[in-house]
Amino acid sequence: MRIRPTGVAGVAAALTCALALAGCGGSDKNPSSNPSAGEKADAAKSELVIWADDKRSAALKPFAEKFGSENGVAVKVQAISKDQQTTFVTASQQGSGPDVMVGAHDWIGNLVQNGAIDPVQLAAEQTSGLNPNALKAVTFNGQTYGVPYAMENLALIRNTDLAPEAPKTIEALVSQAKALKAAKKVTETLCLQVGQNGDAYHLYPLYSSAGGYLFGQGANGDYDPKDLGVGKPESVAAFKKIATLGEKGSGALKRSITPENSIATFTGKKCAFLVSGPWAITDVKKANIKYDISPVPGFDGGQPARPFLGVQSFYVASKGKNKALAQEFVTNYVTTPDLAVALYQAEPRPPALTAAFDQVKGADADLAKFIDAGKDGRPLPAIPEMAAIWDPFGKAEASVVGGADPDKTITAAGKTISAAIK
Amino acid sequence: MTATKLGGPEIQARPAPGPGKSPKSVTGALIKALLLGLTIAIAIWAAFPLIDNEAWIGLAILIATTAGLLHLYLTPRHIPLKYLAPGTILLILFQVFPVLYTASTAFTNFGDGHRGSKQEAIVAIQTASVTQVPGSQQYALTVATTGDPATGPLVFLVTDPVTKQVSAGDADGLKQVDATVNSAGRVTAADGYTILTTGQASLRSAEITDLAVPTAGGAIRSSGLSRAYEGRAGRAYDEGCDCIRDTTTGQAWTADETAGAFVDGNGERLAEGWKVGVGFSNFTRVLTDPAIAGPFLRTLVWNFAFAIASTGGTFVLGLLLALAMHSPRVRARTAYRVLLVLPYAMPSFAMLLVWRDMFNTDFGLINNLLGLDVDWFGGSASARLAVILVQLWLGYPYMFLVATGALQAIPRELSEAARIDGASAWGGFRRITLPLLMVALTPLLISSFAFNFNNFNAIYLTTEGAPFPADNPANGATDLLITYTYRIAFGGGGAQYGYAAAISIFIFLIVALVSAISFRRTRHLEEVHA
Repeated sequence: MRIRPTGVAGVAAALTCALALAGCGGSDKNPSSNPSAGEKADAAKSELVIWADDKRSAALKPFAEKFGSENGVAVKVQAISKDQQTTFVTASQQGSGPDVMVGAHDWIGNLVQNGAIDPVQLAAEQTSGLNPNALKAVTFNGQTYGVPYAMENLALIRNTDLAPEAPKTIEALVSQAKALKAAKKVTETLCLQVGQNGDAYHLYPLYSSAGGYLFGQGANGDYDPKDLGVGKPESVAAFKKIATLGEKGSGALKRSITPENSIATFTGKKCAFLVSGPWAITDVKKANIKYDISPVPGFDGGQPARPFLGVQSFYVASKGKNKALAQEFVTNYVTTPDLAVALYQAEPRPPALTAAFDQVKGADADLAKFIDAGKDGRPLPAIPEMAAIWDPFGKAEASVVGGADPDKTITAAGKTISAAIK
Repeated sequence: MTATKLGGPEIQARPAPGPGKSPKSVTGALIKALLLGLTIAIAIWAAFPLIDNEAWIGLAILIATTAGLLHLYLTPRHIPLKYLAPGTILLILFQVFPVLYTASTAFTNFGDGHRGSKQEAIVAIQTASVTQVPGSQQYALTVATTGDPATGPLVFLVTDPVTKQVSAGDADGLKQVDATVNSAGRVTAADGYTILTTGQASLRSAEITDLAVPTAGGAIRSSGLSRAYEGRAGRAYDEGCDCIRDTTTGQAWTADETAGAFVDGNGERLAEGWKVGVGFSNFTRVLTDPAIAGPFLRTLVWNFAFAIASTGGTFVLGLLLALAMHSPRVRARTAYRVLLVLPYAMPSFAMLLVWRDMFNTDFGLINNLLGLDVDWFGGSASARLAVILVQLWLGYPYMFLVATGALQAIPRELSEAARIDGASAWGGFRRITLPLLMVALTPLLISSFAFNFNNFNAIYLTTEGAPFPADNPANGATDLLITYTYRIAFGGGGAQYGYAAAISIFIFLIVALVSAISFRRTRHLEEVHA
């Protein structure tokens, strides 16, 4: 997904790191693990350690074990449930990190500046099997830094019982929702999470449709940290449009819709429209709602609403103890469809591997719809400077949605961001 | 204080037990053996990573400490030290060491982009710059050796994808060899070479990653264990100029030891930097950064208000309830006490998140229940009130518990005597009970104040500092110094541990000053009433 401002666990990680760097943390040098019996004695010493979040590590396990038994090595999959990126960087630095890390592509900039991951060298036939957008996302400074396996982007999910037609513009959506509200069928116009401190990721489609941008893109599509769009006249104009959707405007955007309640409000049938990603589908299905997926609508007469494209990827850790094996696993094994299909089954996101996508799309119509919703999307910037965006941009969003003056607010946010980038 | 008063003479009075003739119990000896065994076990466990990381100073300290402890507890002398040693060690480990470590970090630029050593940065820059030679192809790779699989010299057997011709490569270059290849192009047998299995090869992972077979255009490197590519390092470190040089354009980034980064003529730096000492610049930055120095006073005032209101509010509430429960006329006191302590039993982490949702304007329980339409976290005053209310709820059970305990320690005769002397209930409480309570509770109040002064979770998990003024997304109305500085150190531009450490030293100084003043006042209190 995206970099969230490092939470409380970040502090804990920092403390752990403080102790560990000074030689206080005992590193687990001889973990005992034997996934399959009957391995050679020397193979027990050669081990591949993979870190992933809870869901993915469960899906990975059988494949990792298969890889291990085919190659006579031990493979250990460890679930890291919180703050994967911080944990990974800290552990790498102190020499207790994994060989392979599974994570979002927008970590790349930070991981590279901390020397935590190595580039991978894919053969031409391997790169041609991957979705070009996904491959583009894991490319940083001209190097491929990971093997992408799944993609995600925002889309408009709507309750087809309440709203049979997909709105073409955000204005059409608001008027559709107003009618539903008047008929007492829903209480909320749009479930798009804002929260007390805003949410840049979820706002971006509307922001881009209104003409705003975060970082300029060079001719080759790379983001340019020198060209910051926040605080520029385009961004002010964009937020003036967004303000019309805010609490003092049509009320489509509200701070009371938070990351915690937006999906639940939709599944509770209190709103007909939800802006979310593939991760919401599991809940929507569980709630037995008839739904359809369409692109996030933009402003009438504006640019297309561009969601961010996120890519889940496998990385080779620079400081891993078994880099050759890690490269082997990531470049030659992750690029096979079986694994991608299994990971898809663990969580329904469109696979980045074209062969795997073709294999599962027949049984799951949502995948093609999500891909379609992301066709105008832009890769989530992976440059380290992006870390400076989330917090000030989100807060500016919350202020404007709450009724603050867009000009003053966005100019201030732009100043804060450029001060952080320097 | 009691330890020195009572313990002193007692220890002197006790005869030093001679070895072997003391009437010690068997259990005592067993426990002692067990604890000492445990100490040795922990020392051995801690020694391995130290040896692995070649942290010899750490190892020396470890050995000295363990030897010292064994000497201390195996000889009959140094009895006062026997009592002091465990506490001292814990103090050093959990208090002195982290403080010293934080202080030393504050003088560095440790953080994202500056985590490792210069050598690590150079390695990272060079590794990241290796790209496939344009127009070159990928080879099928088989790792082999001319000697023993575990130790013999490594050879890359690479198969040309078109001609299926196999070449053997090592640090000297490529030479053609005869070999049998399978359909995937990998070598299954070759004269004079032992093919390594994946398991064997992965044991020598580091050597395989490091091996580069020189070619005309670059070098053949492994991409995993079954494929190889011809790559070229785009950037290389040049010791002569202490700089990184681009091998094609010749552009140079010179090492800047004060910034801990490679910088080119235009001031552009490479992303990978290293950790260097920066002197007092983190400290001066705290004082001169307009983003911190500007709203500092406002935040400090609110921070004090929050800590005082949280501590004082919970104290008053807890004390009132404790007094009520102390009265013998209240029935079912145990049941009430259990109910009152409930918030204390809940994990505060989860409760803070629940409270945050309860304050939601549209969906929150509080507005819905009371029929209000208050934008709780949207206005400064309401957000501040909300976080204090949450702290009251979370904190009063603790005060209730300690006040109950302290009340029970005060003899009832005292207040009865006061009554007989003609004091009213309030007068007796104010002149007798409360002062006695305060002697016991003031240190707790001070520590509670210090805790609330830095109560990160209380703010971060509820408002995250909101509401923010429209023109300043860095400093919110409910921000404490700790949440505010956390955002500045970790929010934008990645983690900056050095800077964060400098800020926490400032916060530490403020809390230390407040505590010192308070303790001084407490001592007066004790002198008056004890």
